[in-house]
Amino acid sequence: MLTGNLLWVLIGAILLGVAAGLNGTFAFLQKQSLVGDAAAHAALPGIAIAYLVFQQKDLPILMLGAAITSALAVYMIQWIVGNSKLKADAAIGFVLSVFFGIGIVLLTIVNQSSAGNQSGLNDFIFGKAATMAKSDLVWLSSSALLIILMCLLFFKEWKLMIFDPVFAKGIGLPVERLRVLLTALTVLTIVTGIQAVGVILMAAMLIIPAAAARFWSNHLGIILVTSAFFGALSGALGTIISSFRTGLSTGPIIVLCAASLFLISYFFAPTRGFISKSLKKKAFKQRNVVKEAANHE
Amino acid sequence: MNEFWVLLTGSLVGITCGLTGVFLILRKTAMIADAISHTVLFGIVVAFMITQSLSGFWMLVGAAIAGLLTTFLVQLLQSGGLQEDAAIGVVFTSLFALGVLFITLFAGNVHLDVEHVLMGEIAFVPWDTWDILGFSMPKAVWMLLIVLLFNILFLFFFYKEMKLTTFDPVFALSIGLPIVAMHYSYMTLVSLTTVAAFDSVGAVLVVAMLIGPAATAYLMSKSVLRMMIWSMFFGITAAITGYYLAKLWNTSIAGMMAAMIGVIFMLVFVFKPHDGWIWKMFKRIKLKDTKVHVES
Repeated sequence: MLTGNLLWVLIGAILLGVAAGLNGTFAFLQKQSLVGDAAAHAALPGIAIAYLVFQQKDLPILMLGAAITSALAVYMIQWIVGNSKLKADAAIGFVLSVFFGIGIVLLTIVNQSSAGNQSGLNDFIFGKAATMAKSDLVWLSSSALLIILMCLLFFKEWKLMIFDPVFAKGIGLPVERLRVLLTALTVLTIVTGIQAVGVILMAAMLIIPAAAARFWSNHLGIILVTSAFFGALSGALGTIISSFRTGLSTGPIIVLCAASLFLISYFFAPTRGFISKSLKKKAFKQRNVVKEAANHE
Repeated sequence: MNEFWVLLTGSLVGITCGLTGVFLILRKTAMIADAISHTVLFGIVVAFMITQSLSGFWMLVGAAIAGLLTTFLVQLLQSGGLQEDAAIGVVFTSLFALGVLFITLFAGNVHLDVEHVLMGEIAFVPWDTWDILGFSMPKAVWMLLIVLLFNILFLFFFYKEMKLTTFDPVFALSIGLPIVAMHYSYMTLVSLTTVAAFDSVGAVLVVAMLIGPAATAYLMSKSVLRMMIWSMFFGITAAITGYYLAKLWNTSIAGMMAAMIGVIFMLVFVFKPHDGWIWKMFKRIKLKDTKVHVES
C-alpha cells in the first residue's frame, strides 16, 4: 500500500509534526501561540508576491516570499504593541486579518493571469500534502530537520530564557537575540508546513500538540518529547486518512487528529487531566465531610 | 443600482462591525472574535446538515450557537489550566477544521463552499433579494439591518453596564451585575454580527472589520462614545475606498476592503498629531538635542 510517493509524504508529515511540536512548545511557553497564527496567515501574500515576481512555483522561491511577509507580520505586531496603547490581542488580530486580506487580493490577481489558474496557489489555503511532488517533499524534510536540530541545540538556552530571563541576562546570555532566533524558527516552521497543511491551519500544528503535551508533565524535556510525538502521530494519521479519498484536504484532517489527541490528554492525563482532577476534588470533599461529621459527634 | 447595493452592504458591514468591535478592543477579547469568525463556519454547516436549507434564519441560529460554544469551550479549557491564547488557538482551529471537513463530506454540491466562506461574494449581493413588508432589498442588507438593530438596542440598554463590566469588573461584580451573563450575551452579539456580515464579505473581512476600525478608533479617542463614532466612520471609509480600488484593479472586493483597513490604521498610527509615530520620533530627537546642549 505504501507506494513510493506516499512513503515520502508520510516521512515529510512526520518530520513536520516533530518540528512543529518542538518549536510550538517553546512558543506556547512564551505565550506566543497566536502570534504563530498571525504569521501563518501572513504567509499568503508572500506566496502570491513571490509567484507574481518570479512567475514560477518552485517551492524554495515561494517559501522565501512567505518567510519575508510572515516575519514582517511578526515584526509589525511587536512594533504596534511597542509604540501605542493597543494590546497584543488587538495587534495580532489586526495584522492577521489585514495581511490575509492583502493575500486574497493578490491571489485573485494571480488567478486572473493566464497561467495563474494552473498555479495551484489556492492549495496553499488548506494544504495538499498527499499530492506534493517529491522535490518539494525533499525541501520540506530538510527544512524540518534543520528546525529539529536547532531546537535540540538551543534547548538549554531557551529553557533558561523562558523560565528566568533575568538570570539568563545576568549570566551573559544574549536574551534578545535568542528571542529573535526563536521567532525566526517559528516563521521557518510555518513556511515549511504551509504547502502541506495550509496557511489557515498551520498555526494549529504549533499550538495543539504543545497544549496537549502540557497536560502530561511539568518537565520541559518530557513536554517537548510528548509534543513532538503528538505532532508526528497527527501528521502521519492525517496524511494516511486524507489519502484514502480524493478531495479531502490534508490540513483539516491533520488538525482533527491533533484535536483528538488533545481531547484524550485533556480528559485522561494523570494528575493534570480533567478526570483525575475531578476525582481528587471529590475525594477531598468526602474527606472533609467525614471530618466534619466526626467533629459534630 | 447594483453598485449602490454593494456599497450599502459594505458600509453596513463597516457600521455594524465597527460598533460591535469597540468593546472587543476595550475588553481585550479581539482574538476571541477572530476565533468566532472561524467557528461560525462550523455552526452554519451543522445548521445546514440538520435543516437541509440555507435560509438566513437557521444560519443565524447556527452561528449564534457556534459563537456561544466557542466562548464556552475557551472558558472551559482555561479553567482546566490552559493559558488563554493556547485555549483560543486549540478551540477555533479544531472547530474550523471540523467545519471544513463537514463541507467537503456532506455539502460539496451546495452553495456552501469554503472559498465563498473565506472571501464572500459581495458582488453577487444585489441578486439575492428578500421581500419584507413590501420592501424588496438584498438579503444581506436585511440581515445586516436586523443585526445592527440588535446591536444598537443592546448598547442602548446596557451601555452603562457594559462600560462598568469592561473597565472595573470587580466593582461591577460587587454591586451585583451579572458579568458572566453580560460576557455571553455580548459574545452572542458578536457571533450574530459575524454571520450577518460574513455571508456577503467572507470571514477574512469580518475579522478585519471587527478589529481594524475599532483599533484605529482606540488610537483616536479617549471616550467610548467617540470611539464608537470614529470606529463606524473608519469602517465605512474602508468599505467605500476598498470597493472602488477593487473595481479599478479588478480584484477581490472583500480583500481590498481589508487592505484599506490596514492602510487607514497605518495612516493614523504613523501621522496622528501628538502621539503618532512620527511625532514621537521628533520628540525623541528634540529631547536628545536638548540633553546634548545641557551636557555641553
